[in-house]
Amino acid sequence: MSVTQTASSSAAQRELVAFRMGAQEYCVDIRSVLEIRGWAPATHLPSSPSYVRGVINLRGTVLPIIDLGARLGLQVSAPSARHVIIVARIDRKTVGLLVEAVSDILTVAEDVIQPTPDIACETVRAFVKGIIAIDGEMISLITLDGLLPDEIAQEAA
Amino acid sequence: MDPMEAIKATFFQECDELLGDLEEGLLTLETGGGDSETVNAVFRAVHSVKGGAGAFGLEPLVRFAHVFETTMDMVRSGALAPELHVIQVLLRAADHLADHVAAAKAGGTPVGGEDAIVAELEALTAGAGSAPAAAPAPIPTFEATPLPSVPDEPDFGFSPMMISLDPDPQPEPEPDTGADWLVRFTPKDVMYRNANDALPLMRELARLGPLSVECNIRTVPLLDALDPLGAYLTWTVTLTAPDVARERIVDVFEFVDGDCVFSVEQVEAEPAPAPMILPEPEILAPVASKPVAPATPQVAAPTPPASAETPPANEARGAEAAAPATIRVDLDRVDRLIDLVGELVINQAMLAQRVMESGVARSSNIALGLDDLEQLTREIQDSVMAIRAQPVKSVFQRMPRLAREVAAMTGKRVRLVTEGEGTEVDKTVIERLAEPLTHMLRNAIDHGLESPEERRAAGKPEEGVIKLAAMHRSGRIVIEISDDGRGINRERVRDIAVKRGLIEADAALSDEEIDNLIFAPGFSTAATISDVSGRGVGMDVVKRSIQALGGRITIVSRPGLGSTFTMSLPLTLAVLDGMVVTVGEQTLVVPITAIIESLQPKPGDIQALGPDGFVLSVRGAYVPLIDVAQAMSWGETASTGPGVTLLVESGIGGLAALRVDAIQGQRQVVIKSLELNYQQVDGIAAATILGDGRVALILDVDAIISLRKRSTPPSPPQFAIAS
Amino acid sequence: MSMVILTVDDSRTMRDMLRLALAGDEFEVVQAVDGLDGLDVLGRNDPDVIITDINMPNLDGFGFIEGVRRSERHRSTPILVLTTESDSAKKQRARDSGATGWIVKPFDPVKLIDAIRRVAA
Repeated sequence: MSVTQTASSSAAQRELVAFRMGAQEYCVDIRSVLEIRGWAPATHLPSSPSYVRGVINLRGTVLPIIDLGARLGLQVSAPSARHVIIVARIDRKTVGLLVEAVSDILTVAEDVIQPTPDIACETVRAFVKGIIAIDGEMISLITLDGLLPDEIAQEAA
Repeated sequence: MDPMEAIKATFFQECDELLGDLEEGLLTLETGGGDSETVNAVFRAVHSVKGGAGAFGLEPLVRFAHVFETTMDMVRSGALAPELHVIQVLLRAADHLADHVAAAKAGGTPVGGEDAIVAELEALTAGAGSAPAAAPAPIPTFEATPLPSVPDEPDFGFSPMMISLDPDPQPEPEPDTGADWLVRFTPKDVMYRNANDALPLMRELARLGPLSVECNIRTVPLLDALDPLGAYLTWTVTLTAPDVARERIVDVFEFVDGDCVFSVEQVEAEPAPAPMILPEPEILAPVASKPVAPATPQVAAPTPPASAETPPANEARGAEAAAPATIRVDLDRVDRLIDLVGELVINQAMLAQRVMESGVARSSNIALGLDDLEQLTREIQDSVMAIRAQPVKSVFQRMPRLAREVAAMTGKRVRLVTEGEGTEVDKTVIERLAEPLTHMLRNAIDHGLESPEERRAAGKPEEGVIKLAAMHRSGRIVIEISDDGRGINRERVRDIAVKRGLIEADAALSDEEIDNLIFAPGFSTAATISDVSGRGVGMDVVKRSIQALGGRITIVSRPGLGSTFTMSLPLTLAVLDGMVVTVGEQTLVVPITAIIESLQPKPGDIQALGPDGFVLSVRGAYVPLIDVAQAMSWGETASTGPGVTLLVESGIGGLAALRVDAIQGQRQVVIKSLELNYQQVDGIAAATILGDGRVALILDVDAIISLRKRSTPPSPPQFAIAS
Repeated sequence: MSMVILTVDDSRTMRDMLRLALAGDEFEVVQAVDGLDGLDVLGRNDPDVIITDINMPNLDGFGFIEGVRRSERHRSTPILVLTTESDSAKKQRARDSGATGWIVKPFDPVKLIDAIRRVAA
């Protein structure tokens, strides 16, 4: 895994973890990432959205596995031993994000991140917060907020 | 942490306990029970709060505590009779004191309502008679006004009275260069009895300046007339300390003032101090005051050989049964210990599994050793869990005050009766009990109980009774809140449910089903919840918080007579005895407490009922048969073969039969929360980690039973009985 | 050699504060939680000075002091009473029970130590 630097003198730097899913490149802020693990078969949860693959055991904690590509509505392949789990923190919960592979750790200047093109897809609007062009490749920056399924039945107001 | 900060934290902790004792004592007195010791205990609680508060300079708290203490002292001395109206004022004072403590803890926010309660207390003390004649000393009148600030008073006692032997008492002298002080003192025997002695007094005087001392032994009798505890000596001390003020010298005698006779005069410094002869007899005669406790005359010095001491038990306090020894432990340490033991259990299970899988014989030493290990591990886990088990009393304790407040706010009259406060439950459950209990108590008073007028009209006593009871039942803890109020208005509930679209207008529901509608999501809105102190909350929220604890809640209601809410909760959120079963490729755990027995039904025992339901015949009765795989929508993991059927009981007593593929065995598992990193899942109570390191889900038996009733695709979900 | 001080008070806060005030090499602190416990502890220790509260469960300060004064071994041990009471009747009663001196709560640690030194033999 190489560390790519994009130099810029004045803007703040961000460190991102880039990964691949649904044949596209994405990245998240490294501050949300706790660790990266190999794939493990998950115990299926009933009554859950299809992008929630189940739960695994992470050193004694029960960790839900979210297929990130599926969550964004991408076409995804069935999980296999070559997939990777990014252990991330969302709000106060620790979850596992299932992706196809982790590509790189990037350090980019804030001003290199372009705004998201305005396309119709709802999940793109919700989760993709910016685009980065590196070496001719487009990497989409996503936010993890709102990734988890809403609690079922809210309090009666 | 700064030691004073640590002690301050201790103080607030102690205040909580004292406030609890205080309320408990007053409640006992309120119902006519208790005795003088109860009154004393209440007094001491207020006194201790005041004392500690003074040490930390928490002025508003000290001031109110003092007024409260003054009133309590009058009750203690008998000047104020503990009648009902008095106790009720005291209860309000206790609540106000608690507010002060909370405010002090929060950094000194002002507390409202002070004038009202102070006025009430003062009215009591003003109206009280004087103490009964039995009091030994004249009772001084108590000030009901705030305590004058303590620092004004000298720290050691009141200002000493000075007995002057000099016929012309000296005016307060200015230190006069060239003058010496002449101090004469004659101890009485009581002075020695109180372990005061001439030597320390001399030492003190010596700190002020050089001394010369003369001792007059003229009145010491002959040996056979000598009382070893008597006082026969007089000292005359000449102190050269011209810059020292007289009070300073007089101060030296403050502890012994009254127990000796002394004088302090200023005299011309004399080059060669000559012994002064004192004026005569009445001072020097051995002053025997109260008879000293009889003792065998001893010529030996005051350190007698170690003989048997007079047993303190003749103090007439019966020896109370010794409380079991306790130690204080940091909660973090206990939690860590419990986590570690949890890991130990998992590890032990994994080890056992791997060893058995490796083909070791069941009867071999290794296998037997593993069995022993499992046994030991269980015992350790039980013991460790017991450390954290606490009586529900800590939660119940807050309820009386809440009841008083809500009753006052809603104009109802309430008596709260509690039972089973000693019932123990893991700390993890206790902490989360308070909120639902609070909501339910509010509801019971606000909605359940009628107003005093309505009750009178209905022929009921104006005071409504709410009973809060806790008990252990079938391996769980059951908490009941019942009221003798109006019960559920079924017409209204039904109407609201129809309006909210929860049931069809023509749906046929049993009384019990209607009652349980109040738990349905979306049933209550702000309009139906009266805003009791801004915290209206619907029963569906209460139910979900109970369920999040792995608990159940149900209601039984009788119109006009009242309602009873029953909550059933696991004893701990940490471990569970479970039956490990397989359903298709999934491994599931079914809580043992829900399982009645396992069955091997014959095909003829299974009957179809309705379009897609099945029932099982069990000893002549029919119970619903639920295929777990289907209920969990794992339907396509084909359930082959007859499988095993477990007869289970839901929290509210309903029976069902669960069909699974096979039983793996019984195990004690460590409960891992799903809500921690995910959320609650229908039909699943929690998760655990098995010996192979994989996560297994723990079945929520009650939910499975309800789910099954709902899941008849493709028709829309039918109304399900809240369980 | 340090002075052994026995402190008797039912309030944990007060016991902690006394211990803090007497921290150091000069004093060794032994504690009891009420009068009965105090008499029990006395059976196993020989304090140089005793400091006791008045209001305590099981056996109050007065009863405790009287108990101490009745014992052969400790009848001449100086006893200081701790009190928030500005009430002279209580002080007199303490003296009548056998108290050597007193100190008013809230106490200044310096004055506490001073009082101890004053009454210690």
